Amino acid sequence: MSTIAIIDYGMGNLRSVAKAIEHVAQGYEVIITADPAQVLAAERVVFPGQGAMPDCMRELDARGLRPAVLEAARSKPFLGICIGQQMLFEHSEEGDVPGLGVFKGQVRRFPADKMVAADGARLKVPHMGWNEVWQKQAHPLWANIPDGSRFYYVHSYYVDPADPAIVAASTDYGIPFTGAVAQANIFAIQFHPEKSAQAGLQLLANFVAWKP
Amino acid sequence: MLAKRIIPCLDVSAGRVVKGVNFVELRDAGDPVEIARRYDAQGADEITFLDITASSDARNIILHVVEQVAEQVFIPLTVGGGVRTVDDVRRLLNAGADKVSINTAAVNNPQVVEDAAGKVGSQCIVVAIDAKQVAPGKWEVFTHGGRNRTGLDAIEWAQKVASLGAGEILLTSMDRDGTKNGFDLGLTRAVSDAVSIPVIASGGVGNLDHLADGVSLGRADAVLAASIFHFGDHTVREAKEVMRARGIEVRL
Repeated sequence: MSTIAIIDYGMGNLRSVAKAIEHVAQGYEVIITADPAQVLAAERVVFPGQGAMPDCMRELDARGLRPAVLEAARSKPFLGICIGQQMLFEHSEEGDVPGLGVFKGQVRRFPADKMVAADGARLKVPHMGWNEVWQKQAHPLWANIPDGSRFYYVHSYYVDPADPAIVAASTDYGIPFTGAVAQANIFAIQFHPEKSAQAGLQLLANFVAWKP
Repeated sequence: MLAKRIIPCLDVSAGRVVKGVNFVELRDAGDPVEIARRYDAQGADEITFLDITASSDARNIILHVVEQVAEQVFIPLTVGGGVRTVDDVRRLLNAGADKVSINTAAVNNPQVVEDAAGKVGSQCIVVAIDAKQVAPGKWEVFTHGGRNRTGLDAIEWAQKVASLGAGEILLTSMDRDGTKNGFDLGLTRAVSDAVSIPVIASGGVGNLDHLADGVSLGRADAVLAASIFHFGDHTVREAKEVMRARGIEVRL
């Protein structure tokens, strides 16, 4: 049976991600693993993340997973989620740490001076809840997902790619920010598909079926 | 635009939903999994479980409930009630909760908020604040269901827990809880304006307009209610339609 590996570097609970993927991935074995060999043997790889990016980077390296993640990001259908998306970039303002540098660009905090709604109310940070995801390019992972569908976000930082061509979705929260990026075999999202009800399950099903 | 959230809250004791949830055609009115699925199908934006298990022997049952719900319901799940230590937080998150709410333990030891947020991230930490009005424009934090005074000013306490790393505040008016007279909008507005993190309004919902008032007048980011949904009077979807008719952004 082909496997989908969810990379476990000790930051937070991966059970919800695993259960949501199992829900849509019939015929696959879904594993949560910290073993680089299992990551490299998997057909597809999911790179999640929770908490603070400096801790995530440290724990990833403490487990010797960096080479396996970079190899998977080079060669396999690869889904980055939340901090797992942010870590693909060069640098984060959170803790002023370098990321993996798969994509050029920065991870930035929502700017305090722009956190004002149209009616003058203060926009809270973290950006928490269901917001509209506007698709910026046609992509197999958007199949059967209407443009502007709401997904569940919870984050205080967002990615700011140097290359606008990789932007796959945008969401508005005080400012327009990048909600998804795509390039070749990589699709990476800031929102949480495992917590986004039907739209989220559809996106995960699309990832399982994806042949980049 | 970000949608305002509607969050049904279920009281759970020893693994069973209590306070008489009364959906039509529900096979087992006490089954948290079945009720959570029903709310998910109605379009609930999140679900909150409040564990009110009295017996310490039965306290671990909530972990099993959380595991089962998290396997079948793919929206965010918050769990609170009796959470005292960072270990308690971790166990609930590992079982599948997305957020854990801390109430009395935060009052007794504010350090637990900072420690928990440092370990698992602010996005997972909700601080629940139970407040009663003590003077015009002034509210005090209470614990133990409104019995114990803490001497803490609710607005200052909200700012304090936000600075310690709480990611969200669940604000309950003990004056309104159970009255069906609507949220304490003064309290909600005062706290929401005082902090930069999201605030969930709770306590007193008696009709769907109360939910909309919490957002439009109280400036809450989310509204939490129990009985109005449990007894089958209204669905979450109906609540959202009322909110949308009043110009509030919702997920429908």
